[in-house]
Amino acid sequence: MKYIRIIEENCSGCEECLSSCPFGAITIEDGIARIGDACNLCGACVDHCAFGAIEMEQSEEAIVSPPAQGGVWIFAEQRSGQLSGVVYELLGEGRKLADELDTPLCAVLLGHEVGKLTGDLIAHGADIVYLADHPELKDFRDEPYTAIIAQGVEEFEPEIFLFGATSTGRSLAPRLAGRLRTGLTADCTELSIAGEARLLEQTRPAWGGNIMATILCRRHRPQMASVRPKVMKRAIADTKRQGRIVELSLNAHQLTSRTRLLDYIPELIHSINIEEADIIVSGGRGLGDSKNFSLLEELASMLNGAVGASRAAVDSGWIPYRHQVGQTGKTVAPKLYIAVGISGAIQHLAGMQSADVIVAINKNADAPIFQVATYGIVGDLFEVIPALTAALKKEVS
Amino acid sequence: MRIVVCVKQVPETTESAKINPETGTLMREGVASITNPFDMYALEEALRIKEKQEGDHEVVALSMGPPQAQEMLKEALALGCDRAVLLSDRAFAGADTLATAYTLARAIETLGGCDLVLCGKQAVDGDTAQVGPGVAEELDIPHATYVRKIASLSPQAIEVERLVEGGIEQVEMTMPALLTVVKEINEPRLPSLRGIMKAKRMEVTVWDAAELAVDAERVGLAGSPTEVVKVFTPQLEKDTQILEGSPDEQAKQLIHGLRQAGLM
Ligand SMILES: Cc1cc2nc3c(=O)[nH]c(=O)nc-3n(C[C@H](O)[C@H](O)[C@H](O)COP(=O)(O)OP(=O)(O)OC[C@H]3O[C@@H](n4cnc5c(N)ncnc54)[C@H](O)[C@@H]3O)c2cc1C
Ligand SMILES: Nc1ncnc2c1ncn2[C@@H]1O[C@H](COP(=O)(O)O)[C@@H](O)[C@H]1O
Repeated sequence: MKYIRIIEENCSGCEECLSSCPFGAITIEDGIARIGDACNLCGACVDHCAFGAIEMEQSEEAIVSPPAQGGVWIFAEQRSGQLSGVVYELLGEGRKLADELDTPLCAVLLGHEVGKLTGDLIAHGADIVYLADHPELKDFRDEPYTAIIAQGVEEFEPEIFLFGATSTGRSLAPRLAGRLRTGLTADCTELSIAGEARLLEQTRPAWGGNIMATILCRRHRPQMASVRPKVMKRAIADTKRQGRIVELSLNAHQLTSRTRLLDYIPELIHSINIEEADIIVSGGRGLGDSKNFSLLEELASMLNGAVGASRAAVDSGWIPYRHQVGQTGKTVAPKLYIAVGISGAIQHLAGMQSADVIVAINKNADAPIFQVATYGIVGDLFEVIPALTAALKKEVS
Repeated sequence: MRIVVCVKQVPETTESAKINPETGTLMREGVASITNPFDMYALEEALRIKEKQEGDHEVVALSMGPPQAQEMLKEALALGCDRAVLLSDRAFAGADTLATAYTLARAIETLGGCDLVLCGKQAVDGDTAQVGPGVAEELDIPHATYVRKIASLSPQAIEVERLVEGGIEQVEMTMPALLTVVKEINEPRLPSLRGIMKAKRMEVTVWDAAELAVDAERVGLAGSPTEVVKVFTPQLEKDTQILEGSPDEQAKQLIHGLRQAGLM
């Protein structure tokens, strides 16, 4: 068991620890800190205390990581016969982990007539492709995908299993983890191997990006994680690479599903969607009106990017919800994020702060968005954006 | 039809929450607790089904958490839920998503099962979005995530629209089923004065581990395969370069910078 306790003699009642607790579980009573029921045993307060008055104890039960030699697995998500972008990132990251563990990297591919994708997976780093090809598997559905992959996991015993943190990955992975009764870490932005125990250190933002947490899964295998798209480096193709294809066994029972996909309606208005875009131009309340979004659309199309928005802009009805970036919207990690007339509320930052380069355009020099920006322009967007678009046009011609 | 809505109490992250630029920690004065914003949409959707669909419907708000979560469940009752159940026991503390999903599913079975489970897309503290599908797996019912619309509903089947990359999926499932919902699905109501008065007279049912007949190995810290070993505040601060001059000059400098970063 693990627990946190206050060493009363050391506690000065200074209240410094209160702000360190992400769960608001610490209170001061009679001049001494108390840990309440909301405590999640995360340990954030322990380092924070300057008086050494908070300690975390963990009984050293023998921590056995069960044997698992089945390699590092990645889920090769596809839609309409096309691998999704995050798959190449999983292959890049998975290859790194597999090399460190000296174990094979394996891709799991389910679909119909998707055999042609196996070469691409191998070229990008997979040593083995576990393949299930069947008309019933053409579109992703949780139940058959879970049943078939679960059986594969039980048979081949992977050590690690990674998924893209996409709408598919975040639906499938928790269902599968439940079936396998193992741990699953959501939306990781950093993965590494911790020493001899061969443990996967999984780091992820939580609480709207206010805190980062590192998570281990010591006693169960596989160690499962979903990985935030656009954060890991893509694998580079090497067409000379060799690999094996292993067919997963299927039976009729596994293929049955209580879910039916009736239709997929692609969004036509903006040709690039924000999850996939390398460049996003986002607008906030500063735009003042829905029609001003055309300024951003023009800029975005020149940059071959997509248009995003803050919650304030979405709530004002200027642009549909699917463009919303942030805690209540989508999490994005493009190469370039241009925030126009966005203050940078913490909930908005949660959705975009892992962008490589952030440009902030805001007339208020104190707007928090400037704290995370690479380039800041303090000025009126109605002057800056046209100037930028004009300069880009000049570049092109 | 019985509809169970899973609601979680979370610390409020308001617009006034700011990062202390010196220490990099969050500055918060007296953290208030609120209902997870996404769960408000789930509650609203359940209440709309109850009001609009023919037949007898019961809406149950279900939460696992410390005793103070009763206050949040009182609010759910004030909104119009028929019943509220809190799962509270020292043994449930420290649960990860697997253990939480297991405990919630056992509670739904203790209630006598249900026709529809509604969850929020994710809880804004943990941000995992894993509990919903986990509950569905544990109950062995189908689920759909990121639901933005219930297109049709009958005791046998449900048709929904899910928000996915680049578009919308129309999905049909047999009942019972579980949905996790996004903000676009509706506009949550505020509690009425009558509702608040009515809720005052209603009790929140509190169940502990014994009442749920759970396997002690599968709840709380013991039942949680994942372990948080470190928590830290991310380095938000960047070396921001403020571009000076006229808009034209600023534009020129920016393009130069972006070109150097290989972005153009
Ligand atoms: C639980 C919860 C979840 C949330 N989830 C999200 C989320 O997912 N996504 C999200 O975005 N928000 C979210 N929010 C809301 C968030 O806190 C903010 O309210 C919102 O992001 C503010 O949007 P904004 O920056 O566009 O507007 P404001 O905060 O009003 O900022 C507008 C900015 O534009 C600038 N401006 C005005 N005119 C001009 C001009 N002519 N030229 C240049 N600059 C100008 C102003 O200086 C100001 O900084 C959430 C809030 C809560 C409580
Ligand atoms: N302790 C809990 N009690 C009740 N419902 C919960 C709890 N934790 C999570 N949920 C539900 O599961 C959803 C997803 O939560 P999470 O997986 O923690 O992001 C929430 O929106 C709730 O509907």
